Amino acid sequence: MTAQPTPDPSGTGTAIETVFRIESPRIIAGVTRIVRDVGIAEELAQDALVAALEQWPRDGVPDNPGAWLMATARNRAVDLVRRRENYARKLAEIGRSLPDEAAPQEPADPDDIDDDLLRLVFTACHPVLSTEARTALTLRLLGGLTTAEIARAFLVPEPTVAQRIVRAKRTLATRNIAFEVPYGPDREARLGSVLDVIYLIFNEGYAATAGDDWLRPSLCEDALRLARVLSSLMPKEPEVHGLTALLEFQASRTAARTGPSGEPVLLKEQNRARWNRMLIARGVAALGRAEAASSGAPGPYLLQGAIAACHAHAYSYEETDWPRIAVLYGLLAARSPSPVVELNRAVAVSMAEGPSEALPLVDALTDDPALRDYHLLPSVRADLLSRLGRTTEARAEFERAASLTRNERERELLLRRAAEQS
Amino acid sequence: MPRFLTLIRIDEKNAPAEGPSPELMERMGALLEEITKAGVMLDTAGLTPTSEGSRVTWEGGQLSVTDGPFTESKEVIGGYSISQCKDKAEAIEWTKRFLSTHEDYWTITAEVRQIAED
Repeated sequence: MTAQPTPDPSGTGTAIETVFRIESPRIIAGVTRIVRDVGIAEELAQDALVAALEQWPRDGVPDNPGAWLMATARNRAVDLVRRRENYARKLAEIGRSLPDEAAPQEPADPDDIDDDLLRLVFTACHPVLSTEARTALTLRLLGGLTTAEIARAFLVPEPTVAQRIVRAKRTLATRNIAFEVPYGPDREARLGSVLDVIYLIFNEGYAATAGDDWLRPSLCEDALRLARVLSSLMPKEPEVHGLTALLEFQASRTAARTGPSGEPVLLKEQNRARWNRMLIARGVAALGRAEAASSGAPGPYLLQGAIAACHAHAYSYEETDWPRIAVLYGLLAARSPSPVVELNRAVAVSMAEGPSEALPLVDALTDDPALRDYHLLPSVRADLLSRLGRTTEARAEFERAASLTRNERERELLLRRAAEQS
Repeated sequence: MPRFLTLIRIDEKNAPAEGPSPELMERMGALLEEITKAGVMLDTAGLTPTSEGSRVTWEGGQLSVTDGPFTESKEVIGGYSISQCKDKAEAIEWTKRFLSTHEDYWTITAEVRQIAED
């Protein structure tokens, strides 16, 4: 029984929505440049989708469906701006004035579209917005997720996310946030904000457990896609390639991170044969681009990408280049000091030089308020104590770590390790 | 977000002897750049003709090696891509765009297969 080919059903609603989902970020970006308001741009993009759903099934699918949607949305945007200008003129005639609207640009070449997309990225991640708003807006406008999907992925009620997005759009409009890629002195900080949002999305997915709704772990892929897009939009930025490398390496371990019944498997215990070689190769390539683009001191994402590469290149936990990782964490601590970085450096030192060298580094962190409820601190300390034969203290620390973790599977693992101390 | 392997099958005997036209190469290049910029393309390549390939078979406990060209096959794999898409519908949309860059005298079948993730 062979499958019979059916004529291409491009004109169906599902196929049209697929095209729209692919094109949506570019359309919103292109239209925002005309209307200078992401909220209005998103509505105009939706109008273009509605027009397609009405016309394509009747008149056939255009040769270039993406261009059709873009042109339709742009035309509506231009009309809107003209109506505003007419309204402004009429107001002016009766003695009031409105600020000038920028004249709309005519349809652009692909490079201009890329620029618009980049402007949209920087707008969605603008520091004037809260972190939650940046995340939601980025996933909505650039990641193509619906409000319901974002809510499910972040375990918050849908109205909360909807509210965040509405407020974020209003903030951007009322604060007159320019639709631009920053080139001034704040460029580095603004780019850092974009990268942090993408990394945050990735980590949200990475923290999900096997029992979670599949939408949660899939945030890793949404973030990775955003990073890859950004890498091609900003090929000269070492930190962008550094972040992409870091995420490619981390994603390469996905299959090895959980055991048969969904329990977490620590890096040390992972079956490295299950690491995805293709993603590792992509990570290596991205790191190479980051290093080639980098001049001066390496940035935090490049350093983290380089650390992840050390793990990816090692055939076993013990064979990892721990001295190099310790050095890289030292550079990272100098560049952007944080107790978590210091804790990771301690782990690398414990592997490179031994647990007794690392314990003082960890002990120095025990009073740090930022780590007070961070389960990995007692977990790392417990492991060092265990390796030093101080089993009673180790058990107490494992139990403390178990009481702090919010991940059920991880709690089981830590309690098991506590029980093993004798 | 699932990954897809797309196998491009062509009829070697009826494919243009001079290979892809410069215009096709240009259109294809622009589209591949677009798919890469969309963060979708992970890897893609064309393959050399089957005359340069071999098949290694395991049957009845015996190994045999057959050198190309594989004249008994109507269609052979001429290229592949590995992409990461939100769903199969998206993978099919990009595949359609890839096929549409070709002139009308080409006959190509692209087989879109989801990669099993464990």
